[in-house]
Amino acid sequence: MKRHTLRGLTGLALVALLLIGLIGCRGGGQTGAVVSEDPMEIARARGLSPADVVAAVKTYQPTGTYDEYIMFASGGHSGQVLVIGIPSMRLLKVIGVFTPEPWQGWGFSKETQEVLAQGNYDGKELTWGDVHHPALSETNGDYDGQFLFVNEKANARVAVIDLRDFETKQIVKNPLSLSDHGGTFVTPNTEWVIEGGQYAAPFEGYASLDQYREKYRGLVTFWKFDRERGRILPEQSFALELPPYWQDVCDAGKQVSEGWVFCNSFNTEMATGGVEKGNPPFEAGASQRDMDYLHVINLRKAAELVEAGRTRTIKGFKVLPLDVAAAEGVLYFVPEPKSPHGVDVSPDGNYLVVSGKLDPHATIYNFQKIQDAIANERFSGRDDYGVPILDFDAVVETQIELGLGPLHTQFDPNGYAYTSLFLESAVVRWTLGGPWAEKHGRDPWTVVDKVSVHYNIGHLAVAEGDNVNPDGRYLVAMNKWSVDRFANVGPLLPQNFQLVDIGNPNGPMQLLYDMPIALGEPHYAQIIKADKLQPWEVYPEVGWDPTTQSRHPAATRPGEERIERRGNTVEIWMTATRSHFTPEHVEVRKGDRVIWHITNIERARDATHGFALPGYNFNLSIEPGETATIEFVADRDGVFAFYCTEFCSALHLEMAGYFLVRP
Amino acid sequence: MTWLDKIIGPRIPDSVLHRERRRFRRPTLLLGTAALLLLISIFFPYWRIRLYAPQYPGGLVAKVYVNRVEGDVREIDGLNHYIGMRPLEEAAQLERSLSIILIVAMALLAAGAIYVHSPWAAVLSLPALLYPLIFLADLYYWLWNFGTHLDPRAPLSSSVKPFVPPLLGEGRVGQFRVVAIWDIGLWLAILASILIIVGLYYHRKAYKPFYEAYVRGELA
Repeated sequence: MKRHTLRGLTGLALVALLLIGLIGCRGGGQTGAVVSEDPMEIARARGLSPADVVAAVKTYQPTGTYDEYIMFASGGHSGQVLVIGIPSMRLLKVIGVFTPEPWQGWGFSKETQEVLAQGNYDGKELTWGDVHHPALSETNGDYDGQFLFVNEKANARVAVIDLRDFETKQIVKNPLSLSDHGGTFVTPNTEWVIEGGQYAAPFEGYASLDQYREKYRGLVTFWKFDRERGRILPEQSFALELPPYWQDVCDAGKQVSEGWVFCNSFNTEMATGGVEKGNPPFEAGASQRDMDYLHVINLRKAAELVEAGRTRTIKGFKVLPLDVAAAEGVLYFVPEPKSPHGVDVSPDGNYLVVSGKLDPHATIYNFQKIQDAIANERFSGRDDYGVPILDFDAVVETQIELGLGPLHTQFDPNGYAYTSLFLESAVVRWTLGGPWAEKHGRDPWTVVDKVSVHYNIGHLAVAEGDNVNPDGRYLVAMNKWSVDRFANVGPLLPQNFQLVDIGNPNGPMQLLYDMPIALGEPHYAQIIKADKLQPWEVYPEVGWDPTTQSRHPAATRPGEERIERRGNTVEIWMTATRSHFTPEHVEVRKGDRVIWHITNIERARDATHGFALPGYNFNLSIEPGETATIEFVADRDGVFAFYCTEFCSALHLEMAGYFLVRP
Repeated sequence: MTWLDKIIGPRIPDSVLHRERRRFRRPTLLLGTAALLLLISIFFPYWRIRLYAPQYPGGLVAKVYVNRVEGDVREIDGLNHYIGMRPLEEAAQLERSLSIILIVAMALLAAGAIYVHSPWAAVLSLPALLYPLIFLADLYYWLWNFGTHLDPRAPLSSSVKPFVPPLLGEGRVGQFRVVAIWDIGLWLAILASILIIVGLYYHRKAYKPFYEAYVRGELA
């Protein structure tokens, strides 16, 4: 009995202790709950440092105010492009590009399905893409806010996005390339969209890996862009045949180097892997030599030769052969430290910054010295394919030790360069030399500051930091790993875009904000002044086809709604407005072909209507003024309710109708 | 003396005209300006209603001209269909089709009063004088007509009671705050009315003695 009591008491005491512990914990956890209106008190209660408060104040965007910059970022293997406001780092839009995107109805209407189908691979439908490098259109080397290009590495495709409505208008599939990584980059007036290849392969057909040197080829593709039509013209585009090195990131020359293009390469060893056969693995085989080749391409000359008909046609695509390019002064190689990633041209066009992932230095080449070396034939030899190799010492300006794993470099207006350090997880700020020394007044070619980022940074983007007229102010670090930055959401972690304030070149760079990217790996991004963009508020006319940016042949005005039958084809002209579709009943027979046009007749901003036809897998987003079409065979009988998917008005749920398929 | 002579009234002798130019020029200027203002008013909106709601931060506006409605008419019609109000286009169709002719006629009559040196001048300028009142009365009629004849089959017919939008000033319908103002056109017409009143006063001062003498047969 006594022992029982004792045990009971012990138990009680334990419970009491637990309770006290719990209460204590709750008390401790209450630092987050703030009732004060005094900012300093709130900051203290939340445990914020003065630097945190400064960062919060610098990034907070009060309601009703707009961000100063807009960033276009690749959505990696989500296949999409992300539109993000800076400095708030708010996600404004996900643009459907290579993958169906339900919110925009991208890939569900006949019109958008046709755009997606342009990217089919030998007739095979592709349902994903690996988006890499967005490139804004430029006029005189400056972003003009009209178009955005983006490449897709997996299947070597390039897409054109019209920035009047932020929608994808065209996808071109490179017929010669297996994959591409070095795209997209534009020439200073957007005459050409540059797409560098990646993994070498035969241009057509099959060849065994034993025939790698003879049959496998690399390439860079120059897509001709027609700004008036807003379309790439494949018939006027061409590819430059290259040795089977793996071409990588490119950049177009600008100012003094306009007309030239620079691309990195790796695997000049021409390793073919096969670790399972006892060969060195690719990672080792492709890293044997100390140097890879920077490809220096005279695009103006290449275009002249193409014009003169010096091309071969493969798979219907013009190719400027390697021997012609080598003989005619189109192509030169410059040794670069192995496994380079970025080649970035300074705003004046005179310096090329190349960083090798396995070399702590940035190597800076001088364009004028390259020109002199070409003129004086200062070659250190020719490669196996006869391409002249310029003498390294003759063309290099300097090498600077930046840190571990330097990748990509961008610039600000004050003569500073910013390079991402992958292994060090940092961004380094350093000074340019030459005419830039006057701007910053410091020692040229020296490191001045470094800021840690979280973690494994790949690309970085400075506001307008890769055009002739950089803005500086903000830098975004695109980090591959976030590890400890966000609440655990399971083993697949978001990547991390980090906003860094670089506005004060005399003070330190300050990390301001972490933005989790929850739908694919961020690669490159470009940041444009928001006021350069002039997008439409609603489509210009009622009955607009965004894929052609002109009036849709099936545009339907109120009162013109109708259903017509021609044999087994039923065509419907429907309008959508708050809060009804007209007509509301559509009745067909099983087996009928159905062509269904829907026009959103609204003229108010944001009065978007969705159109869902469950059971038939249709989902449209029809923006004010837009006409969209779906086309299908009514192969399932039954009763289907169609409805509006955007909560458009108080009577949104009533915005519906019946699609009846008689057996 | 025929009845027409009586209406037109006497011509003023050149010697008098020369001596007292200002006396006769004053009503001419006032009535002429009034007629001109009335003509100009055709090109300006008369009445403007602006609707404010949270989801329309810039507001929606309907500008009423004498012969048309401009502004966010489609959007307003779209919203009105919820409460069963007829499209704005259907309002005052007859008035709108005749307005230009009538206003031109009123202006011509008022200008004609310049040449009529008898009390009939007042009769001729009366339509132009009363015109702003007529316009407002007609507008009010249509506001009342539209606001109180809502389609009972409309989706929100049960939640909005009949109402009359304000002729001037603020009102409220649902989440909308509506503000009605009198616009330039109407102010021009009102100014024309005032000018006509003043003009008729000076007209009477200038011509009355001559008219009386004329009727008595003392003036040729």
